Amino acid sequence: MNIQKSSHNNSLTFSISGRIDTSTSPKLEQELKNSINDCTELTFDFAQVEYISSAGLRVLLSAQKTMNKQGSMKLKNVHENIMEIFEVTGFTDILNIE
Amino acid sequence: MKEFEIEAIKENLHTVLQFINGQLALIGCPMKIQTQIDIAAEEIFINIASYAYTDGTGTAVVCVELHPELPGVDITFIDRGVPYDPLAKADPDITLSAQDRQIGGLGIFMVKKSMDEVKYDYLNGCNILTLKKGW
Repeated sequence: MNIQKSSHNNSLTFSISGRIDTSTSPKLEQELKNSINDCTELTFDFAQVEYISSAGLRVLLSAQKTMNKQGSMKLKNVHENIMEIFEVTGFTDILNIE
Repeated sequence: MKEFEIEAIKENLHTVLQFINGQLALIGCPMKIQTQIDIAAEEIFINIASYAYTDGTGTAVVCVELHPELPGVDITFIDRGVPYDPLAKADPDITLSAQDRQIGGLGIFMVKKSMDEVKYDYLNGCNILTLKKGW
């Protein structure tokens, strides 16, 4: 998994590529912890994400909880396979997916 | 049927998935199904690595039985750890808001939803969990 971050004022975009699984999600969690303190608008670009397991869902849920307190969060360019996972886990109801 | 035994530690996840994917490739498993199987296998193997052996580590046996005539596959995970039926756990409430959602509990739920059948047995000191998936 690779993460590219770009920021503009208080908005921050995480462009992720590869697999968000048990071995890579701690890295995503840490990157988020380090970067979202002053962020009011968090965007995940999922165009290059091909795999997400429950370890990755946990990180997204945790980020959503944080952003609910300080601003907004959205996901964009989500692949069909990943969308199905969000649907069966009810994540389509709690995440803002463009 | 192809069998593979490996130390049940998180670091071995990719070796386990490589073994499973190598088998799936033999009968031309579509990529989408392979991803679903990988996600399910990850949840099961990581559960074993995290909770099965309370006093250090042990091994997990992964058996892959291909059914080219269906086509489909049965994947069985066996460990000698503490008896644990992951299917006995209540499903998480997926209608709760983000704030009320528990972090965790989703893994086995995803497995149940994405596989055709998930079966658990405890036999001769072994946890035996089988995933069935056709396409």
